[in-house]
Amino acid sequence: MFRNQYDTDVTTWSPAGRLFQVEYAMEAVKQGSAAIGLRSKTHVVLACVNKAQSELSSHQRKIFKVDDHIGVAIAGLTADGRVLSRYMRSECINHSFTYESALPVGRLVVQLADKAQVCTQRSWKRPYGVGLLVGGLDESGAHLYYNCPSGNYFEYQAFAIGSRSQAAKTYMERKFETFDNASREELIKHALFAIKETLQGEKLKSSICTIAVLGVGESFNVLDQQTVQELINSFEMVEDEAPAPQEPSAAPEEAAAPAAGEGAADEGAAPMEE
Amino acid sequence: MTKQQANWSPYDFNGGTCVAVAGADYCVIAADTRMSTGYNILTRDYSKICKLADKSLLASSGFQADVRALQKNLEARHQIYQHQHNKQMSCPAMAQLLSNTLYYKRFFPYYAFNVLGGLDNEGKGCVFTYDAVGSYEKVGYSSQGSGSKLIMPFLDNQLKSPSPLLLPAQDAVTPLSELEAIDLVKTAFASATERDIYTGDKLEIVVLNREGIRREYMELRKD
Amino acid sequence: MDPNSRLVMEDSQRTLTPYVTGTSVIGIKYKDGVLIAADMGGSYGSTLRYKSVERLKAIGKHSLLGASGEISDFQELLRYLDGLILYDNMWDDGNSLGPKEVHSYLTRVMYNRRNKFNPLWNSLVLGGVKNGQKYLGTVNMIGVHYQDNHVATGFGNHLAIPILRDEWREDLSFEEGVRLLEKCMRVLIYRDRSAINKLQIAKITAEGVTISPPYSLKTFWEFSAFKNPTAGAEGSW
Repeated sequence: MFRNQYDTDVTTWSPAGRLFQVEYAMEAVKQGSAAIGLRSKTHVVLACVNKAQSELSSHQRKIFKVDDHIGVAIAGLTADGRVLSRYMRSECINHSFTYESALPVGRLVVQLADKAQVCTQRSWKRPYGVGLLVGGLDESGAHLYYNCPSGNYFEYQAFAIGSRSQAAKTYMERKFETFDNASREELIKHALFAIKETLQGEKLKSSICTIAVLGVGESFNVLDQQTVQELINSFEMVEDEAPAPQEPSAAPEEAAAPAAGEGAADEGAAPMEE
Repeated sequence: MTKQQANWSPYDFNGGTCVAVAGADYCVIAADTRMSTGYNILTRDYSKICKLADKSLLASSGFQADVRALQKNLEARHQIYQHQHNKQMSCPAMAQLLSNTLYYKRFFPYYAFNVLGGLDNEGKGCVFTYDAVGSYEKVGYSSQGSGSKLIMPFLDNQLKSPSPLLLPAQDAVTPLSELEAIDLVKTAFASATERDIYTGDKLEIVVLNREGIRREYMELRKD
Repeated sequence: MDPNSRLVMEDSQRTLTPYVTGTSVIGIKYKDGVLIAADMGGSYGSTLRYKSVERLKAIGKHSLLGASGEISDFQELLRYLDGLILYDNMWDDGNSLGPKEVHSYLTRVMYNRRNKFNPLWNSLVLGGVKNGQKYLGTVNMIGVHYQDNHVATGFGNHLAIPILRDEWREDLSFEEGVRLLEKCMRVLIYRDRSAINKLQIAKITAEGVTISPPYSLKTFWEFSAFKNPTAGAEGSW
């Protein structure tokens, strides 16, 4: 039986120039429930889908406040996400202590990425299995970054990660040109629509999603469930919204994920590029 | 070579007076804004009152560098508390934290004299008064700092709080209305400024009540 | 020498007495920014050992630092700040440390050193402009710090501050600001024995930092009390 000889530890290259363990970590991000983020010039909105593991349990928190000016939404191993959130919080507190000013978002993101990178180059470590959408505001404006387990990071106008995130990405790719000048409310609306896309026909309810906002004159805050439900109602997303065109890419992606989990997928661009 | 400098000391005394008065549904916290060293006035406008949480305010005098370090420490600790508990720290919790923080430096103390004022979980005014190494007591009113020896007996006389020896324990909050308390604090400071060279320039008064937080200023003698 | 101070001197390398020191620094806000003045003397005890010590330095784009006290400690501090600003610039991300941040950092450095009983023997004045905001603050060797419209260190606290309290205004023009600082510096030259008549005035505005070349002030020493200070003090040397 075929066995991949190059995926048993993080530091071994495959002859094709890939690090399988790192790629598997990237796959962990895709397994998690979706998280999305989008920004205007003045605001960032983060949103995520909350799915309880069982009907008897509550769901796990996937959006964390890091500081008044920074927040994260995560997809993948929530436990790893919490560890990284704690690191980010302490970096922010230390910076405020020394400089009495807020840590620029971009710098925190680089520090976070460097931390993730170390795990891809040490034989006794494992990469973090979590993707983070980092939203923040600093003197250069509002920012949205995506940090992934490989140690790469990217800045986005809007992005989605986690399972069936492709549907949300497709929605936002159609709309993103209007985001820069969008109002806070418009951003939230787009966030809800994008989240709805990832649900694949399931009804959008406040009980299965979390929304957080951050902007000029508004420190990072998670909207309470009632507010979210009112927003959903007000956008008339209950039923009369025509069922969004099913993105053909959504289904294949879902099928691809378990396949990649078996670890032999050689085709396609290396996920480190993303 | 003969010694040219006095022995170096890690401490200085920058003066200042703090007062806090608790009422049934309010708390008044006040301090002057003068900062001195020896006979020099360094600045006439330095706030000694620090908002640590929605319902707790700290007024501190003593060695300014230590006071600031203490405030920053508590601010950072409160940030962590908020991350972990998703709420603001209550005033009694902050009082215990302040005591622990001071005692942590028992053998190289923060040279800081604190009064913590705020509202408790029932919305009732509360005041905690400290020494430099963390022993503290919940009281109805208090004064700390360079002018405290002038102000404290005046408050004792005016507020006539029930003896702490009474059993069962009597409520320590003052019977005054909010406006009466503010007036009393203003009078106390105007008087202390007359005799204490480390108190003066301006009085900063912070009032905490059900409506929220309010700040007032009153000019004091500048000599 | 008492045995305690011997112990301190032989067993450690702490500044518990300074060697070469600079005297007062004065800083004021004015219409477009901040002005700081300091002379260029470096005293070795009561000996005037150095006469061209630069005690005003630009820190990054938005800050200006003046120092009195131990010159070597100041120069060490400048090395810290060089590292700090270089690291800040290396991010190359459009963010930069402003005077508020630099002042806060300095305060932490000074206070941490005092906590280790190993102070940097200085009083510092930090001025700057960022995002249209003027900033002027000071910090000393044990970490005491504050901001004000005008600040001074050392003798300046006694001799310059009273003048500044009388004459300082928010809308001082550059020329008026310089004249005011020169008035203070002249008093210091007359009355502070460590002050010398060779000084620099530095300006920081939104445009950046300019430090003047060294120059001297016109003085008049022909007052009879200056010429013969012991007249009327029969029997003294």
